[in-house]
Amino acid sequence: MNDTRRVDIRIPVLARVEGEGALDLSIRAGQIEALRLEIYEPPRLYEQFLIGRHAQDVIDMTARICGICPVAYQISAVQAFESLYGVTPSAWAQAMRRVFYCGEWLQSHALHIHLLAAPDFFGCTSVVELAQKDAAAVRRGLRLQALGNDLIALFGARSVHPVGVRVGGFHHAPALAVVAAMRARLDESRADAEALLRWTARLPLPDDDQDFVSVAMRHPDEYAITRGRLVSSLGHDLDIEDYTQHFQEFQVPHSTALHAHLDGKPYLVGPLARINLNLDRLPAPLRDLLDELGIRFPSRNMFHSIVARAAEVWLCIDEAARLLADYRIPEAPAVASTPRAGIGCGCSEAPRGILWHRYVTDAQGNVREARIVPPTSQNQARMEEDLRISLTRFGLDRDDAELRLRGETVIRNYDPCISCATHFLRLKVDRTR
Amino acid sequence: MPKPKVAVHKFSSCDGCQLAFLDMGEDLLTLTTQVDIRHFAEAGILGEDEPVDIAFIEGSISTPEDEHRIKRIRANATLLVTIGACATAGGLQALRNLADAKAWTAAVYASPEYISSLDKVQPIRARVPVDFELWGCPVNSRQIVAAVGSLLNGVVPVDERDKVCMECKRQQAVCVVVSEGKPCMGPVTRTGCGALCPRFGRACYACYGPAENPNTEALGVRLHGLGLIGREIAQQFLGTTNQTPVFLDAAQRWKDTP
Repeated sequence: MNDTRRVDIRIPVLARVEGEGALDLSIRAGQIEALRLEIYEPPRLYEQFLIGRHAQDVIDMTARICGICPVAYQISAVQAFESLYGVTPSAWAQAMRRVFYCGEWLQSHALHIHLLAAPDFFGCTSVVELAQKDAAAVRRGLRLQALGNDLIALFGARSVHPVGVRVGGFHHAPALAVVAAMRARLDESRADAEALLRWTARLPLPDDDQDFVSVAMRHPDEYAITRGRLVSSLGHDLDIEDYTQHFQEFQVPHSTALHAHLDGKPYLVGPLARINLNLDRLPAPLRDLLDELGIRFPSRNMFHSIVARAAEVWLCIDEAARLLADYRIPEAPAVASTPRAGIGCGCSEAPRGILWHRYVTDAQGNVREARIVPPTSQNQARMEEDLRISLTRFGLDRDDAELRLRGETVIRNYDPCISCATHFLRLKVDRTR
Repeated sequence: MPKPKVAVHKFSSCDGCQLAFLDMGEDLLTLTTQVDIRHFAEAGILGEDEPVDIAFIEGSISTPEDEHRIKRIRANATLLVTIGACATAGGLQALRNLADAKAWTAAVYASPEYISSLDKVQPIRARVPVDFELWGCPVNSRQIVAAVGSLLNGVVPVDERDKVCMECKRQQAVCVVVSEGKPCMGPVTRTGCGALCPRFGRACYACYGPAENPNTEALGVRLHGLGLIGREIAQQFLGTTNQTPVFLDAAQRWKDTP
């Protein structure tokens, strides 16, 4: 290979991601000279216009940060205010929030697996093409996505920007008959979930072991979704209030989303990190199924993220069915609370990883300071690190189209949400010999 | 006859209105047999500059690049339809129009000089002619399917401009203002959602924007009577459709009332 070969690859619009992003890659003398994942989704400055608002406004407004994971924003926010006001929702409300959140994981994971990630492994550019190759898989995916949406709507009236969450619990408890119908659908969907997991385990996933740090929430009694402590594969075990002591956010010139490090290093959040750290919290039948399929967790292969997502789809259906099994209408869907001055943190596992909020309020409960750290900004540094390693291993002498596709596949694997912190890649090649 | 060509474009937004397409379930596959989708980045279809019969626009204009892109899209589209509060009325991010955006950017970003944005966030209508607007934060699949169906048949879609109050009556929902004294925006808000909030026992927060002939003054007086101070009444009007003149005016009138 010519030592002076210089390749500049620019993928200007990242496709099949949520929001607006691009990848810039320049290769010189067989080495990566520069690699930048650009996020140019315009800044929306949410943290500023939350100031002066009360808790319900924050719950309704932060949902608008992301149309794909509004439930995560609402739960992290409401948790912060509940901690601030010293109010604990009833056991019913806590269980139903987990069901509500399972709906979002189900919807988001099914959307990502089928519409965004899977076409790469079939040589397709879109789900429309994929549907021509494997219609049954796509229809199954769309059914699971719809189930997730309907589970969200059960507690939120609609799946995008739901309206059900309030401080102390919910605005509304669904009727018995509606829940009974949902239970029946959940039971019928177990077969779809198992078939999906088997399908993802058979995908031609690249083998690419890497050394990375996983960060996720962990809870003593459950696979952490709505609550827990922050743990890492380096041994961290932190209260969510201590987040800023170990995690640092910083700005880089090429991105409107802040990057983040854990004690100075990139880290991974999301489904693979969660399953790596919480394998022992998965139900036994799911662990048996994973063993049977031969996908070993903890895994250091980032491409196993799609299998982790499918495992979580299985878990969500199982959890929702379990928690709704003895559903009853509570005396009141929420407990009362009084606003007060203070500082409160909230953290939950959004479909893409931990979503941390912190609010300072005045005596009337109006927000004086707000800070929100979404999962995609936390994953940016890790995505750049992964791209460097995986593209180098893939072979930098490959042609531009191959490099571009692999780059996109690696990025999509993280399910980056550029609205939270994205879109499709365009390619400009400049070769100098 | 060739299938009509359709594009879905995104500007500054949460991606939630595009989900009205992606959340259609199996109907999405049916739709792709009826129309030829030429651009829809999130779905993996890229053809930003291709001529289309209908361009759907999500999101608001907030950067210099956005201005150029929306003009190109308009030039390539026979019909241009905005979907959702951001494209139709600026969205929540337009709240920065009411404040010192430079100071705000500086508060969030350590090096604000790297951030390129316009002074004002604007709905699509402020930059190019719009043929039809679908309101809602978010719009839902029912609205999209109805609009696509009408447009494909050469009919102007029905503009739902009724008040949420009317929908509450049709749904036989109990009025949360009359029965519980909750500060409901239903009397000035257009329907389309199905009166979701009042049916869940909570106050409407105007995510579908102003209805026809909204009496914001009378509602402001009522909210004041329910115990809200001026600043809180103004906030009620400054939600996802804060760039609509009627809501902006109402907020201005009330913001300094004790």
